[in-house]
Amino acid sequence: MRHILSVLLENEPGALSRVVGLFSQRNFNIESLTVAATDDITLSRITITTTGTDKLVEQVTKQLNKLVDVVKVVDLTEGDHIERELMLIKYKAAGAQREEIKRTADIFRGQIIDITPSTYTVQLVGSSRKLDAFIEAMDTANLIEVVRTGVSGIARGDKVLSV
Amino acid sequence: MLIRALQDQGVNKIYGYPGGSVLHIYDALFQQQEIQHILVRHEQAATHMADAFARATGKAGVALVTSGPGATNAITGIATAYTDSIPMVVITGQVPSHLIGEDAFQETDMIGISRPVVKHSFSVKHPSEIPGIVKKAFHIAESGRPGPVVIDVPKDMTNPTDKFEYSFPKTVKMRSYNPVAKGHSGQIKKAFDLLVAAKRPVIYAGGGVIIGRACEELIEIAKTLNYPVTNTLMGLGGFPGTDRQSVGMLGMHGSYEANMTMHHSDLIFAVGVRFDDRVTNGLDKFCPTAKIIHIDIDPTSISKTVRADVPIVGPAKIVLQDFLKLIKGSKKQPDTQAIKTWWHQIDEWRARHGGRFLTDDSELMKPQQVIQMLSQVTNGDAYVCSDVGQHQMFAAQYYKFNKPNRWINSGGLGTMGFGFPAAMGVKLNFPDADVACVTGEGSIQMNIQELSTCSQYDIPVKIICLNNGSLGMVRQWQDMNYESRHSHSYMESLPDFVKLAEAYGHVGMKVDKFTDLEGAMTDAFAMKDKLVFMDITVDPFEHVYPMQIPRGSMRDMLLSKTERT
Repeated sequence: MRHILSVLLENEPGALSRVVGLFSQRNFNIESLTVAATDDITLSRITITTTGTDKLVEQVTKQLNKLVDVVKVVDLTEGDHIERELMLIKYKAAGAQREEIKRTADIFRGQIIDITPSTYTVQLVGSSRKLDAFIEAMDTANLIEVVRTGVSGIARGDKVLSV
Repeated sequence: MLIRALQDQGVNKIYGYPGGSVLHIYDALFQQQEIQHILVRHEQAATHMADAFARATGKAGVALVTSGPGATNAITGIATAYTDSIPMVVITGQVPSHLIGEDAFQETDMIGISRPVVKHSFSVKHPSEIPGIVKKAFHIAESGRPGPVVIDVPKDMTNPTDKFEYSFPKTVKMRSYNPVAKGHSGQIKKAFDLLVAAKRPVIYAGGGVIIGRACEELIEIAKTLNYPVTNTLMGLGGFPGTDRQSVGMLGMHGSYEANMTMHHSDLIFAVGVRFDDRVTNGLDKFCPTAKIIHIDIDPTSISKTVRADVPIVGPAKIVLQDFLKLIKGSKKQPDTQAIKTWWHQIDEWRARHGGRFLTDDSELMKPQQVIQMLSQVTNGDAYVCSDVGQHQMFAAQYYKFNKPNRWINSGGLGTMGFGFPAAMGVKLNFPDADVACVTGEGSIQMNIQELSTCSQYDIPVKIICLNNGSLGMVRQWQDMNYESRHSHSYMESLPDFVKLAEAYGHVGMKVDKFTDLEGAMTDAFAMKDKLVFMDITVDPFEHVYPMQIPRGSMRDMLLSKTERT
C-alpha cells in the first residue's frame, strides 16, 4: 500500500541526508520526496511517499522517529488528507496539436505557461493520479519533457502537524 | 575549549592518535593534567578501548582521532559500538572549514561516512558551540538506547589564538530527542496478567538489561516467579550463570536446554533484546506456541522481526520495577504446579545435553577445557574480553558469568580484533581486576600492534589465545557447508607468539598439554604486573555445538558431528 509520511525535522545541515540515508540503508523505497523550510525557519517539513506492507511502514515510521533530528512523523494516509503535486510538461505543439493540448489542459484545469512556435508547456496541479491521468490522456509521441515536484500533503480539518 | 568541555563532562581518560587536524587539541591536552590520554598504535584500537570502558562502566568512552585516515580507521570501532548500543563519543579532526569540499590533504566526509553507524553526529560550525555540542553528544550517547556519537571538528574551530567566552551548559533540552522515561502502565498490566498465567514461561534477557542496569530487578522477578532465564550473547552476566534458574545462552550456539525451553514455551518475557537472526533461527518456525511480551527502550526493536503480543516501550529498569510492584501487590500468582512440571521438563533437557563436549584419547586440548580452566582459575570473576570466532562462542558457553558488565564482546558486528584493545580499555580503568582477552591466532593478529601500547602504559592483561592454526569458525562452516574445502581459512606462517610478546617486553607462554594448563594459567594470573601472552595449542578439528540448523526452528540443532535433535 502507498503511504504518505510527513516529517518535521530540524533545519540543520546534514539532517536531510540522514533521512534519505535511512531509506537506502534499510532497504525502504522512496517514490517521491519533497522538502522545504516551514513558517518556522528552524524546521523543515518533508513529505515522503513510499509503498510497502503495514509492517514495513510501521518500521519506517519508527526508524524516522529514532533519528535525532526528526521532531515528528505522521502517516497522512492513516486519516483524511489532501495531497498535491505540481507537474510541468512540455509538448511538441504544431498545427492541430496546439488546440488538442489546450483543450485537454483545460479539462484537467491546467495552464499553458510557456509558448513557442513549436512547443507548449503545461502546468498542472493535483493528486499524483491526476497527473498520471493527464500524461496518459495525451499522445506520448509529442511529449518532450516532464518534471514533477513529488507529493506535498496535509491532513484535512483540525488535525495539525506541529511541534 | 574542547578539552575544557571534556573535563567539565567528567572525562578522565581518552584514547587516541594525533595528526595534523587535531594538533591544536593535542597541544591543549599537553598543557593539562585532568585528562589522561592513551596513545594507541592504530585508531581502531582507540575506539575499542573507549567502547570497552563503556561496556564495563556504563559511561560513554571517548576516542580522539585525526581527519582522513584517522577517522576512517575509527569507523570499524564506531560500527562495533553502534551495533551493540554502546555509548561512545568519538572526536574526529577535520580539515579547516575553508578547505572542506576541496579534497584537501587528509580530508574525508566523516559525517557522511559514519552516518549509518552513529546514533548522531555533530559538525562544529563555530568554536563557541563546542561546550554545548559536547554536552549534547554525551547526553545522546548515554540516554535512551545508547550509541556512538561523532563530533567532527574542523581545525580552525580549535585555533588557540581565537578566544571565545566559555560556558558549559548544565542541562540539555532538545525538542527532537526525548527518550521514553517509563513504560505504558496499561500495557504492563496486560503483560503482567499473561506473565502470571503462563504455564511454560521463559525470561529471555539481553544486553538491554545490562546497559539499562536492570539486573537486580530481573533477578528479583525471576526468583520471585521461579521462571527459567536465558541470556543472549550480549546479556550474559545479566542473570547469574551458575544459578539453577539459568538455562544458559540461547540462539545459534545456545545451550540445548535454552533453545528447547524457548521453543516449547507458552510465554516469552523478552527484556532488552531484539530477536536477532542469530537467536530466532527460521522466523516462520519461531516458538510456535509462545505469546510474546517485549520490553525495549527502542520502539524500532519491537515487532521488527518477531511480532510482539504485548509491546512495552521503556527503560528496562523502570518497567521491571513496575512489574515487581504488580507481582508483589497482586493476588494473581503463578501456577506453581504448572511451573514445577515445566522445570521437570527443563531439567530433563539439561540432563540430556547440559553443556557437554566430547573428549577423546588424543593429547589435543579441547578449547572448551581451556575456557573452563579460565573460569576456574579466575573464580568466574574476571572481565573476559573476547574476539570473534569459535573461541568467542566457547567463552560464552563455558565461562560462567555471575556479574554483569564482565563479558565484553563484539556481539552484533562480530569485529575480529576487538578483544585485545577491549581488554586494555577495561584493565586501565579497573587496574586491580583480572582481565582476560580470549582470542584466537586469527583475531589477535588484527590488533596485535597494541602490544606496544601495553608496554608504554603497563597494561598487564592476560591474553588467552586458543591457537588451532586456522580460522576456526570459517573452517567449521566450510566443513559443514562446503565439503571441507578449507578455502583460505588456514593460517600459514604464524609468528612465534612467545617471542613476539617478549620482543615487546611482555611474558610469553606456550602450552600444548592439558596437564600443564592449570599451572601455567595460575602462574599467568599471579603475575599481576605483567602482560602474559598464553599461546595455547588446541584441537584444530573441534566444532562449536550445539548449532542451530539454518532456517529451522529454535529446537533444530546439531549437537555434535554425528548427533542432531
